[in-house]
Amino acid sequence: MSTQSNLERVLKSGTFAVTSECGPPRGADPEVVKKKGSYLLGYVDCVNVTDNQTSVVRMSSFSACLVLKGVGLDPIMQMVCRDRNRIAMQSDILGAAALGINNLLCLSGDHQKFGDHPTAKNVFDIDSIQLIQTVKGMRDEGRFISGQEVKGKPNIFIGCVENPFADPFEIRALRLAKKAAAGAQFVQTQCVFNVEKFEKWMEMVRDLGIHEKIHILAGITPMKSIGMAQYMKNSVPGMDVPEEQIERLKGVPKEKVTEEGIKIAVETIERVRAIKGVAGVHIMAIEWEEKVQEIVKAAGLHPRP
Amino acid sequence: MIVANRKPFEEIIEMLKPYSKILLLGCNECVTVCATGGSKEVAVLASEIRLYRQKEGKPVEIGEVTLERNCDPEYVESLKPFIHDYEVVLSMACGCGIQFVGEHYRDRLVLPAVNTTFYGVTEEHGVWTERCQGCGNCILHKTLGICPVTRCAKSIFNGPCGGSQGGKCEVDRDIPCAWHLIVDRYRELNMMDKYLEIQPMKDWSTSRDGGPRKRVREDLKI
Repeated sequence: MSTQSNLERVLKSGTFAVTSECGPPRGADPEVVKKKGSYLLGYVDCVNVTDNQTSVVRMSSFSACLVLKGVGLDPIMQMVCRDRNRIAMQSDILGAAALGINNLLCLSGDHQKFGDHPTAKNVFDIDSIQLIQTVKGMRDEGRFISGQEVKGKPNIFIGCVENPFADPFEIRALRLAKKAAAGAQFVQTQCVFNVEKFEKWMEMVRDLGIHEKIHILAGITPMKSIGMAQYMKNSVPGMDVPEEQIERLKGVPKEKVTEEGIKIAVETIERVRAIKGVAGVHIMAIEWEEKVQEIVKAAGLHPRP
Repeated sequence: MIVANRKPFEEIIEMLKPYSKILLLGCNECVTVCATGGSKEVAVLASEIRLYRQKEGKPVEIGEVTLERNCDPEYVESLKPFIHDYEVVLSMACGCGIQFVGEHYRDRLVLPAVNTTFYGVTEEHGVWTERCQGCGNCILHKTLGICPVTRCAKSIFNGPCGGSQGGKCEVDRDIPCAWHLIVDRYRELNMMDKYLEIQPMKDWSTSRDGGPRKRVREDLKI
């Protein structure tokens, strides 16, 4: 059975999918979310709404999803295992489905050490793979984790993430296989900067036949500046930024760096699109949502179906 | 063993402000092994406090006692003849010992001189690391001898997460990634197929989440 997810519709039609991301604000103003959403409307099939990303307190993903839905986007609610136990998670899944949120992305979540409340207690009652199982169980079996009946099943398209650049590399395709087996229907990968390594990972994915079980969207992040590229390379855990990409940004005049960053992103889209088994891209333009239109157009992915 | 760290001296001094007769209590068990609260550390801390208070013009009288164990009534009761000679007890035992002595002598406060940190091992001389959280439902047979509850910063059962790099945890590059270690074991033992098994959700009711725990052996009760 299909869900009402626009992303599911696009992926099942065989069209190369485009998703993007909206980071909710650090305040209660819905206009910020609406503005970000307005940049994306008509250019993406679905928009992820992050769940207190990097462990910094922001407007809840649930609420920002509803704001975006209000402006005509189909949101993907992200849910991390850091802040909620299984009771709160299942409750939020029911609430999200009740209010028309069609997609859920299941993640472990960054450790709170990286955020603005490093003294917080973390939860991690269940992990991301068990969260996938939970949503699937509620939707397909109509059962809570406890085994008790869900009255009114949440019809949700289930997503996950995977980082092809984290270690140990040899299990990164196997871990995706576990997520697909748990019930994930689409995966959005960590930002792809090292395309060669991503190709290797995709080869392992294809050898295991996982690309036939799950829709794979490659993560794309345009570099805004040389500083950002260096920060991503050196300070973000699990990120693989090849030195030559930084050199390329350094090689253009200062006023052309952002343009070059966009160009690299568009080229990366073209390269991953050519890889067998890649079903779409997930454009994470961090606090740069206004550039998504330009990237989508330049990559020849506009208009959206 | 239970591993503890001595509290900062300033914090200890602040706690002791109202008192001039102090019983400084050590323990011969875990805190001795981890060089935090044995008779040697009791003597050092007692000297530090005496010197400091003397300089402040508020001298103290400190009694130094190190019990065989602070978690056993037999030894705790041995304090009875002299504990009331002191206004307060400053304990270098673990959190269990501190509370247990307090429970036995309700008219005396027992102040903590240490922060009890974890159940661990002596990895090398002078280095202790955590191994167990006492979750009450051991799965070490499934994770090939490495505990993800304790050693993964996110207690993930189907790891490693996306923050594992070069065998290290995203939280601290000095901490080994527990799941990297587990995967290494799978490979060494030729059991990679087992990695594909999805580990089920944990029953945390045997852990602290289920409330304070108790073990009773009826046959041993007197």
